[in-house]
Amino acid sequence: MKIENTSGKCIVVRGNEIDTDRIIPARFMKVVSFKGLREAAFYDERYDADGGLKTHPFNDEQYNGASILLVNKNFGCGSSREHAPQALMRWGIKAIIGESFAEIFVGNCTSMGIPTAAVSADDIEALMRKAEEQPDVVMSLDISSEEIRFGDIILHAGMNPAIRKAMLSGSWDSTEILLEADSLIRWLDNELPY
Amino acid sequence: MGMNLFNKVWDLHRVKTLDSGLDQLFIGLHLIHEVTSPQAFSMIEERGLSVKYPDRTFATVDHIVPTLDQSRPFQDPLAEKMIQALEDNTKRHGISLFDTENENQGIVHIIGPELGLTQPGMTIACGDSHTSTHGAFGSIALGVGTSQIRDILATQTIAISRPKVRLIEVSGTLAEGVTAKDIILKIICDLGVNGGIGYAYEYCGPVIEALSMEERMTICNMSIEGGARVGYINPDETTFEYLKDRPYVPQAEAFDEALKNWKSIASDSDAEYDDVYRLDVSGLSPMVTWGINPGQGIGIDENLPLLKNLDAEAAEVASKAYSHMGFSEGTAVLGQPIDAAFIGSCTNGRISDLRAAAAVVKGRKVAHTVRAIVVPGSKHVAVQAEKEGLDKIFTEAGFQWRNAGCSMCLAMNPDKLKGRELCASSSNRNFIGRQGSPTGRTMLMSPQMAAAAAVSGKIVDVRNMK
Ligand code: SF4
Repeated sequence: MKIENTSGKCIVVRGNEIDTDRIIPARFMKVVSFKGLREAAFYDERYDADGGLKTHPFNDEQYNGASILLVNKNFGCGSSREHAPQALMRWGIKAIIGESFAEIFVGNCTSMGIPTAAVSADDIEALMRKAEEQPDVVMSLDISSEEIRFGDIILHAGMNPAIRKAMLSGSWDSTEILLEADSLIRWLDNELPY
Repeated sequence: MGMNLFNKVWDLHRVKTLDSGLDQLFIGLHLIHEVTSPQAFSMIEERGLSVKYPDRTFATVDHIVPTLDQSRPFQDPLAEKMIQALEDNTKRHGISLFDTENENQGIVHIIGPELGLTQPGMTIACGDSHTSTHGAFGSIALGVGTSQIRDILATQTIAISRPKVRLIEVSGTLAEGVTAKDIILKIICDLGVNGGIGYAYEYCGPVIEALSMEERMTICNMSIEGGARVGYINPDETTFEYLKDRPYVPQAEAFDEALKNWKSIASDSDAEYDDVYRLDVSGLSPMVTWGINPGQGIGIDENLPLLKNLDAEAAEVASKAYSHMGFSEGTAVLGQPIDAAFIGSCTNGRISDLRAAAAVVKGRKVAHTVRAIVVPGSKHVAVQAEKEGLDKIFTEAGFQWRNAGCSMCLAMNPDKLKGRELCASSSNRNFIGRQGSPTGRTMLMSPQMAAAAAVSGKIVDVRNMK
């Protein structure tokens, strides 16, 4: 499936170095399927020990139905758990825009068809502020032109060229593409000294 | 100009460049465990695919196994279900599994090297970010997510962009009581937790060359905490000596042949790098973390940073850390009372780590305010430790001696912090909630420092315990 653009309301999760343990605590990984991870997203930041609601964007009604997540620096660092972007996707997130992302996290998002785009610190601040003030405004992210349009804000988003191409061509769903090189793979398997 | 190991090994394993511009990279050794693999097996089966090279994949159980009572079925039905899924999947696809009844079972990053599965010049992948550990042998070892596990199972390859390579040269004289853990914590503090994004780290220099294989693994293990997905060290005589006669290492003439290959992939003396960072470790003290990411660390004799001295971004994370940890800026960490101590994990759960911790513990008692556990990284480590009587030293001091597993490194089994407990831990992550309690607190340090804290009831400088 080709992913050329995505649009939707935004949700803002502020903070640098938000690791995947925070996005999904390890105890929710005791599952053999990703289905049902929706409620686990940011669980310990959303609920206190007695299950009471804490203040968190994912609990904030103004963000109901949002699908573009706005974050700061090194989002998704730490554990390689794909459960983290899986939980976000199942909550409704279709794209993530931030200052920077951890590499394994980006790889996981890519293979799930979730584009990640980087913008400068000033730009993310402007986007976040607008989303907080006007949560009903719809953002669009055009992947071929790498352009973000958000009300009166228009700016350039930086995407890894390979990931951008993978989205546009639909090759983010990588297994089929990789299988095409079957004879080369077999040759290499033979060729390696181990 | 010569080539570095990373680019040599990458080129040997590159199947082709995909239209997207990503490289298709062949994975020579695939390691799997119970937590991140079940969904991958379901995905290939849904597509009617099979495992392409089952002989290149090995499985173990580590993340969720209980470390007290390992009899089956496990008391936790969810854990039991996950183990069964791995048993079924490996059986159905003809993959070797080291389960809790197998003598080779242990944390995936401990058993790979221990069994000689991990060798120089390989590409290694595992659905776990600390796969970087295996780079200590001069391999490219990558942590991957579940969709990439699916791709490796089905095709033995992944789509990935080639990172740049940063040389990290470590020189100077390491003081007594200062360890590989302290070196890597220092590197992460200096370069930042995101400093390595887009890079593979090559560690080199006289200090690195003098390290044992187990110490080298500790360094490479935490590369990912500095944002670098891959960390590696060129193979040398120390590496070859370690590997000789390990079960999965070629023997006799085949060993000599392998040796030739291993030597050929080391970085050339005139190799090029995208970046160089130099660190002199003379004067380095044992390091401890005080915050909520592994880059928030200080030397044991320093005071906690003042927010006003940090840039805006570091100050934001630091103030969140102070509020979670309950520490105050400008104060000392020395003397901070602890509630728990954990010695183990893929960073510091090997035999040399247990020996170092036992040397501190011997003849002392765990403080009555502290609960302390030692969890060997593998069954082989446990057997060796018991042979040397280390288990006795620990239990006589009041530590609990457990079975092999990840345990309180990520607390997916019953080993967890309770409430706001503060834990001196030899593991690798101090993220909020990491050790099983959303309000729990973790301070990372070397195993000897964790042992010293356990017997003192508070954070101390292990160098003063002689
Ligand atoms: S010991 Fe900790 S870091 Fe290492 S593999 Fe297990 S959970 Fe991951």
